[in-house]
Amino acid sequence: MIQLHRLRKAYRTRGRTVVAVDGVDLAVREGEVHGVLGRSGAGKSTLLRCVNLLERPDEGTVTVGGVDLTSLSERRLRRHRQRIGMIHQHFALLSSRTAAGNVAFPLEVMGVGRRERAARVAELLDLVGLTDRAHAYPAQLSGGQKQRVGIARALAGRPKVLLSDEATSALDPETTTSILELLRDLNRRLGLTILLITHEMEVVKRICDSATLMREGRIIESGRVPDLLARPGSALGQEMFRLGPVPVLPGTTVVDVTVTGGGTGESFVADLARTYDVDARILAGTIENLADGQAGRLRIALPGSAEANEAPLRHLREAGLTVEVAR
Amino acid sequence: MTWADLGPLLWQASTESAYMVGVSTVLTAVGGLLLGVLLVLTGRGGLLAARPVNLILGLIVNVGRSLPFIILLVAIIPFTRAIVGTTIGTSAAIVPLTVGAIPFFARIVETAIREVDRDVIAAARAMGASRAGIVFKVLLREARPGLVAGLTITVVALVGYSAMAGVVGGGGLGDLAIRYGYQRFENTVMVATVVLLVVFVQLIQTLGDLVVRWLSHK
Repeated sequence: MIQLHRLRKAYRTRGRTVVAVDGVDLAVREGEVHGVLGRSGAGKSTLLRCVNLLERPDEGTVTVGGVDLTSLSERRLRRHRQRIGMIHQHFALLSSRTAAGNVAFPLEVMGVGRRERAARVAELLDLVGLTDRAHAYPAQLSGGQKQRVGIARALAGRPKVLLSDEATSALDPETTTSILELLRDLNRRLGLTILLITHEMEVVKRICDSATLMREGRIIESGRVPDLLARPGSALGQEMFRLGPVPVLPGTTVVDVTVTGGGTGESFVADLARTYDVDARILAGTIENLADGQAGRLRIALPGSAEANEAPLRHLREAGLTVEVAR
Repeated sequence: MTWADLGPLLWQASTESAYMVGVSTVLTAVGGLLLGVLLVLTGRGGLLAARPVNLILGLIVNVGRSLPFIILLVAIIPFTRAIVGTTIGTSAAIVPLTVGAIPFFARIVETAIREVDRDVIAAARAMGASRAGIVFKVLLREARPGLVAGLTITVVALVGYSAMAGVVGGGGLGDLAIRYGYQRFENTVMVATVVLLVVFVQLIQTLGDLVVRWLSHK
């Protein structure tokens, strides 16, 4: 649905060149929620603004729904932008218009007639659960309500793609949850493809099917969330499962075992004891609820060296678990 | 001088003042909005960013603002003649008043529009809005309270400028105060015109504040 090919964008400020996006290739499949995770300054915001060409990349192409946006004239680009919804961290609502007026704005831009506009606005406000606040001005709405107006506005043109620029970063935890649930729901019900950027692991964990980790304008890793977590040495895995520093335990082997997707491995500790007569000590562990099932990582200490434990570790790997010797 | 003599004088001067300030306000609003919007659009990061044009417009505005009004009034006499066909009278005074106030209001317009949230402009672009759509439906709409507050300040300044209109025979309250109150030592006239001017300004400011409050939803 969205393909970014060798995207590059640099800014020149006072003679210095800062490369915000440095040769990024990214593909988001239709109907998927894809999260780009990174610290501030990682280039994710520039990346997102390149998707609807709010920022024009210096190099590379942007294809949305099969159309190469970088090749379009200004006029045709405007038409295509109407089919790409966008929501913003600070909501970006018109303070001089009511909630209904804000939702009507993109419809006016598209040239939708008055009567049809009113019907569509009512439908959209209903979709985000704000019918009773239709005539309130943004200043009279809470953060969560403002973002709901933002979402309704973004969906006005029946887009296939929604871009989300840190949409929950200005909200409290409970409101964040309700907005994320709304996005997930819209993704499922409308088949909406969502590309979001965030600095919060929590967002990736809760609603993303796939994710990209960005650092200094480049992609560190990218893929389906369970696949990334199952990959040994995954940076996303380390961010998500925070087990702390690896303890020094002489005479033992410390192993991190990652379980993704389904119930395999639930009993692997007992399994080790039964089959190999190995007494695994549990040092740390965490289980995370993902958009699609659960994933967990357990840190265990096995008596003896890594060589001595070769057979049991191989056994775990063969059972479909990700096994990394931590020390 | 008796109140019977004074009444018609004050009435005439008041209508002259109202006429001069009223017409020049309308012309200034149009001219200042146009110039102010152009300053924003051609400025850095603007929708029609064009540095040379912006520099030239900025220079014109600054020259206009640095001339003392009384100098401007005399300096543009040939221009006034070309526009209204005469250099004397109330209508002739409107030309320098407008020329003097447009740069002043243009800067206020520029500042008010720059206050509009950049995110909101980005959001409008992301929705596929055209430049004209952004100017009329976002910039001018969102800046409305600031624009009205700025126009109020400009009208009050115009009341002040119009006191000098007497130099070109424009009449008005200021002129009355100078000719009768100052040059003929008619203190009653002086006091009466000052009181009227204060009431004028007070009315303008109150009306402006009301409109701003009505437009503002922050």
